[in-house]
Amino acid sequence: MITTETVVKVGIADLKFAKSPGILRTSGLGSCVGVVVYDLSSKIAGMAHVMLPDSTQSRRDDFNELKYADTSIDRLVSEVMEQGGRKFALKAKIAGGAQMFSFSSTNDMLRVGARNVEAVLNALANYRIPILAQDVGGNSGRTIEFYPETGKLKIRTVNQGETEL
Amino acid sequence: MSFFESLSNYQLDILKEIGNIGSGNAATALSKLLNRKVDMKVPAVRVVDFDEMMNMVGGPEVTIVSVFLRIQGEAPGSMFFVLTPEEAETFVHQVTGSEQFSLQTPPFEEIGLSALHEVGNILAGSYLSALSDFTSINMQPSVPSLHMDMAGAILMQGLVEISQESDYAIIIDTTINEQDNKNETIQGHFLLLPDPDSFKRIFAALGVKDL
Repeated sequence: MITTETVVKVGIADLKFAKSPGILRTSGLGSCVGVVVYDLSSKIAGMAHVMLPDSTQSRRDDFNELKYADTSIDRLVSEVMEQGGRKFALKAKIAGGAQMFSFSSTNDMLRVGARNVEAVLNALANYRIPILAQDVGGNSGRTIEFYPETGKLKIRTVNQGETEL
Repeated sequence: MSFFESLSNYQLDILKEIGNIGSGNAATALSKLLNRKVDMKVPAVRVVDFDEMMNMVGGPEVTIVSVFLRIQGEAPGSMFFVLTPEEAETFVHQVTGSEQFSLQTPPFEEIGLSALHEVGNILAGSYLSALSDFTSINMQPSVPSLHMDMAGAILMQGLVEISQESDYAIIIDTTINEQDNKNETIQGHFLLLPDPDSFKRIFAALGVKDL
């Protein structure tokens, strides 16, 4: 039985790590993307909650690295390895990137979910980390939980119940 | 230091007054619509980070019903009218006079959703037109969209514009209360989130210099 104390909560524009039997959880993903990078044999995992695709578009110089897909995944990968993950064994699972609202105007801002997913896939491809599962797009919010012990990603939505990847 | 972290108390008071005027009008509109007494709370202006914003409505995973409008024009921003699913049901019961409507399991009754949509539209519209009259800033609300989903997922969409610039949002939060004869209370939250550049425009329109 896993107790609630071992749940590590990942906030918005945040990055956290857990070792089995810990669990990583981030709640209420909309257009944001939850990225898990893990080493199953060492049972270590890191989860990032990214909000925006591209740090080069930040209007500030002192931006929060964890907000953007590119910079956040750099940190995620290097820190998972620092904590004992082995580069060749790293795998990834991602979820989120929904388009919550559909407006007639084709403003780029409203497509942020799809752009986030694209940016995350690119960043992971740069590190040659295979993506074993993804649940992206659609128009509903997701809460995700990752179990470093089994490598399973549990996804909960309001209208479509729970799935496990 | 970004603009958001450098607001003076005087400027925050102005924003409170904006919330007051807007929600006062919305409360009047609701009161006329339902022919009932509607109270409102003193508005709060908060500078919050994204996680705190989710906590304001009960946490990122809580299910909320929200009517979202994007404000276009000279001072763009986002606006949410937020209810819990139970409150939304009560609202629909009062407006349509039918007790059938439920948000427990989809598919939901079309007429009820339409009523919610329309009430949200009227309230947000009267909020914004009061604001627009007061500041003489041209503001056009987009077509409203109605959602029931996790708070984090919904509210984040309104923060996309702000998040490109800042890790904080200024939220003008006002609450209206409506109590019916069966003691069911509805508390509707209006969250107004002006885009970063809009603040200067709003302050300038009201003749406020940096203090």
